[in-house]
Amino acid sequence: MLRNGREAYWRRKAKSIVERRAKAGSLYDRPAMKEVRKGIKQWQESVHGRWVREHPESEKEYQTASGIPVKALYTPGDVTDHDYADQGFPGVYPYLRGVYPNMYRGRQWTMRMFSGFGTPEDTNNRLKLLLEHGETGLSIAFDMPTLYGYDCDHERAHGEVGRCGVNVSSLKDMEVIFDGIPLDKVSTSMTINAPATILTCMYAGVAQRQGVPMEKLRGTVQADMLKEYIAQKEWVYPPEAHLRLVRDLMVFCTKKMPQWNYISVSGYHIREAGSSAVQELAFTLADGFGYVELGLEAGLKVEQFAPRLSFFFNSTMDFFEEIAKFRAARRIWATVLREKYGVKDKRSLLMRFHTQTSGASLTWQQPLNNVIRTTIEALAAVLGGTQSLHTNSYDEAWALPTEEAVQVALRTQQVIAEETGAPNVIDPLGGSYYVEWLTEQMEEEAYKYFDRIDSAGGLLKAIKSGYLQREIAENSYRLSRRVEDGKDNVVGVNRYEVEEREPIKTLKIDFRAQKRQVRRIRGVKKERDEVRVRQALAKIGKAFENEDANSIYPMLEAVMRYATLGEIVQVGRDIFGTWEEPVIV
Amino acid sequence: MARKAVAAQRKIRVLVAKPGLDGHDRGVLVLARALRDAGMEVIYSGLLPSPEKVAQMAVDEDVDVVALSLLNGAHMTAFPKVKRLLVKAGGGDVIVVGGGIIPEEDKPKLVKMGITGLFGPGSSLDEIVEHVRTRVRKERWGVRAHA
Repeated sequence: MLRNGREAYWRRKAKSIVERRAKAGSLYDRPAMKEVRKGIKQWQESVHGRWVREHPESEKEYQTASGIPVKALYTPGDVTDHDYADQGFPGVYPYLRGVYPNMYRGRQWTMRMFSGFGTPEDTNNRLKLLLEHGETGLSIAFDMPTLYGYDCDHERAHGEVGRCGVNVSSLKDMEVIFDGIPLDKVSTSMTINAPATILTCMYAGVAQRQGVPMEKLRGTVQADMLKEYIAQKEWVYPPEAHLRLVRDLMVFCTKKMPQWNYISVSGYHIREAGSSAVQELAFTLADGFGYVELGLEAGLKVEQFAPRLSFFFNSTMDFFEEIAKFRAARRIWATVLREKYGVKDKRSLLMRFHTQTSGASLTWQQPLNNVIRTTIEALAAVLGGTQSLHTNSYDEAWALPTEEAVQVALRTQQVIAEETGAPNVIDPLGGSYYVEWLTEQMEEEAYKYFDRIDSAGGLLKAIKSGYLQREIAENSYRLSRRVEDGKDNVVGVNRYEVEEREPIKTLKIDFRAQKRQVRRIRGVKKERDEVRVRQALAKIGKAFENEDANSIYPMLEAVMRYATLGEIVQVGRDIFGTWEEPVIV
Repeated sequence: MARKAVAAQRKIRVLVAKPGLDGHDRGVLVLARALRDAGMEVIYSGLLPSPEKVAQMAVDEDVDVVALSLLNGAHMTAFPKVKRLLVKAGGGDVIVVGGGIIPEEDKPKLVKMGITGLFGPGSSLDEIVEHVRTRVRKERWGVRAHA
C-alpha cells in the first residue's frame, strides 16, 4: 500500500463483493425467496407505489452522508445472496460481529476522555477529577507548540501555550502531569504525532522516576504520521523522515514496551477534515496497511506488531452509516491481513478501535443540542462495537470544555452503558437488512479507493501529490454547500434558528500559563548538566543520519537529561529539513 | 468615475491564510473555494505561515483582502500582528477580515483594529462572501453598498 505494487488484489476484492451475489451459498432458502421477492414486488407496485402517488416524498433522492443512494425499505431481497460465513461470529474471523466472543458483557469499553489544557498542573487536576468521576483511562491533549515540536519559549509558540491542550516542553512537565497518578495502574493515550517518539520517551521517563518498569506500561501513542499529511497536518519533517521515526518506535516498543500500542491509526482527523464515512474507512485502512508494510520493511513479523496497532474512528450523525462503517472496517482489516499478508495469528487479525464523537458535528448555535448529537453518535459507536470511547462536551464548538460540560459528556457514556441495555447483546443490528446491505456497500467502495490509491502510485505518492487531500477537500466543500443550500439539515443552524442568547459559560485559558511554562523551562535549563545534554543531542543527530540506527535509545537518554522537546525536534529539522504540502486549492 | 467603472469589472483579490500553528484547514479550504466560486481571485498562503509571511504575501500579491482563519485560540496575538506587519510592509490599506473560534468578548477589540467579519462555526458561506465584497467595494473602490 505504501508503494505501488500494481496489485490486482483490490480490484478483485471489489469485484468479488459483487460476484458473491451469484454464489450458491445464501442466508435464505432460494425457493422460499422467490415467494418473498414476489411479495416485495407486489408491495412496491400496489401498496407503496399507490401510496407515494398520494403522499409525494420530500426528496427526489435520499442518500447517506457519504452520498450512497438509499431506498425507502430494505428487505431480504437486498441480502439474499449474503453468506453467513462472511459474517461469522463475535471473536471469530472475519470479526464483522465484534472482536471478542462476549463483547461488553465481559469487557466494557474504556471511557477515555480526551483532556489537557493550560499548564501541567491544570491538566493534572483535570485528570484526577476524571478518575474520581469514574473515567477508566487517561487521554492527553497537547497544545499546538507541543504538537509542532516547539518549546513554550519559542517565538512561534507565542499566544498558543496551553490553549488547545497541555504544554509539554521537557520531562519536567510530564512529571507534573502524572504527579500522584501511578503509571502501573492506569493506561494512558497520548494524541501526539510528529514528536510521538519524544513523548513516548518522556512517558517512559516518568515511569522510571516512579519506579515502574517500561515493560509494564499500558497505553497508546497516536504516532500516525500518514494521516497527518492527509488530514491533521501537524508535521515537522518530510513524510519519509517521519515514517522512519515511526519505524524506530515500532522496533523499540516491540522489544521494550510490549504492552504499548505504538500506532493508533486514525480516521478521526480524516473525517473531521471533511471526508465522507467511505473516505474515512478507506484512507484509514490504507494507512493501516501502510504501517504493516513499514513494519515488514523494518524486519518485523506481522504477528509481532499487528496486535499493537490500534485504530481510532469518528462517529458522527448518519447513525446507520456509522455503524456499517465500524463493521466494515473490522471485516476488511481481517480479510486483507489474512489474504494479502498471509497472517494466521488471531490477535493480529482483529481490529480494536477507539471512537470519538464528532467535534465537527457540534454547533456553536444552541449548544445544548450538542448533548443530543453526542448521545446519538456515542450510541452508534457502541452498536458498532468500539473498545474505547470519548464523548465530546456540548461547549466544544466554543472552547475547550468546562468541568460541568465534561461531566455531562462522561455521564452520556455511563447512561448508555448502565441504563439502555444496548451493551447486553453483541452486534444487535447484525442481520438488519439495511445495515448488512450498507456494510457491504461501504466495503465495496473502500476496495475501489484502495485500487485508486494504487493507481495513483501507492499511498506515499498519493499523499505527496495531494490526491487524498483533494478528495477530502472536495467532499468537505460538497457538504458545506449542501448545508448552505438547505439540502442537509442542521438543527439550529439552517433549521429552527433562534436569536442566540447570552453565550454559555466557557473555559478561559489563563494567559499566565505561558509565563509559568517559560519560567519552568528556564529553570530546567539552569539546573541540568549542559555538557551531557549536548552530548545526548549529538548522539540523536548521529542516529538520524544513519538510516539503520534506532534513534529511540539516544532520544530516551536525552529526555532523561532534560533536553527539551524543541531541542530534540530541531536536531531532526537540521538533518531532515521541513515539509510544504502540495497545493490543494 | 473611470476608476470606479474599471474597479467594478475587476476581480476581487483575496489572500486566505491561517497565521498560526494550526493544521485544521477544513474551514479555510472551503472558504477559498466559496470565494472563488463567487468570482474572486483567491491565493492560499499554504499551511503554517508566520504572520510576517502573510503580510509580505499580501503586499507582494497586491490583494484587496486578507482573510484570516484560526481555530487554536491565538487570534488575539496572531490577527493584530498580521495587521501591524501589513502596515509596516506598506499594505496598510489592505482589508483584513477574520474568522474561526473567536469568543464574543474578543470581537469588539478586533473590530476596533479594523479586523471585521469574525465569522465562526456554522456561519453561512454566502454571508462571508457578501461581507468581503461589501467591504472591498466600499473601502477600496469607493462604490456604495447598493451599487
